[in-house]
Amino acid sequence: MNKQRRWYHYLWLWSIIYFSLGLVNILFAWLGLISFCLPLILAIGGGNKLFCNRYCDRGQLLRVMGSQAGLSMRREMPEWMKGRAFRYGFMVFFFAMFFNIIYVSWLVASGIQGLNEAVTVLWSLQLPWSWSYSSGIEPWVAQFAFGLYSLMLTSEIIAIAAMLIYKPRSWCVFCPMGTLTQTICRARYVPTIK
Amino acid sequence: MGKLSPRHAVVDNNICVACGSCADICPMGAMEIVSGVFARPVEERCVGCGRCARECPASAIRVEVRS
Ligand code: SF4
Ligand code: SF4
Ligand code: SF4
Repeated sequence: MNKQRRWYHYLWLWSIIYFSLGLVNILFAWLGLISFCLPLILAIGGGNKLFCNRYCDRGQLLRVMGSQAGLSMRREMPEWMKGRAFRYGFMVFFFAMFFNIIYVSWLVASGIQGLNEAVTVLWSLQLPWSWSYSSGIEPWVAQFAFGLYSLMLTSEIIAIAAMLIYKPRSWCVFCPMGTLTQTICRARYVPTIK
Repeated sequence: MGKLSPRHAVVDNNICVACGSCADICPMGAMEIVSGVFARPVEERCVGCGRCARECPASAIRVEVRS
């Protein structure tokens, strides 16, 4: 069976565009909210993981790099990484980090804390990123952008590392958005006899 | 539709994360994702080639002899 290429098969390009735009102007990082909202809208409204199955740029990028370009070593993931404890634990950790970004942005908005013009990779390494921010914008708006870009970049690095070592879409096994949307879909699921 | 192939893919619903990698790779278009919860092969289309099992990151698929 010949699979027809459709427009959404090229959405992996969005990953490259997104991270490139963030290099030029950090405010573009706000576009990362699409990757948070769209899967939830589809899961809550439609009871499906259509975002993962069709529209996710990251999932596609991992397939293109891992399967098509053959960059994946295709080892089996350790059992603990596939287990529920790790998947749900990582999801809670990830969303705690996301809410921390909102909290820090609020601190900046209320003048309690100053703007930190840096991108933090893997929750520890601070990279100076001030060139991509020009003053004149509300500092909290920029702070949220720096935070979201950091989170997106960190998860992209982990996803690519998992793709290189394990199977191409190994990140999808413990991806917080994937875990959350599957949990929502499972709660909505009514089995039908087939 | 002709007769069924001797082997077919079987998905463990408790392990499947519904990522859709199997559906993406299946040359027969035989994998469907059911309500965002798990993957299910369409028996009439699955030829038991095992490509989905090789791609599945969660190791949720086995290729078995049809019973
Ligand atoms: S599990 Fe995560 S990375 Fe994978 S396709 Fe779904 S949202 Fe994208
Ligand atoms: S590739 Fe594996 S985990 Fe992903 S949907 Fe198919 S069976 Fe489920
Ligand atoms: S065994 Fe082959 S034909 Fe059957 S679902 Fe998997 S990839 Fe498709």
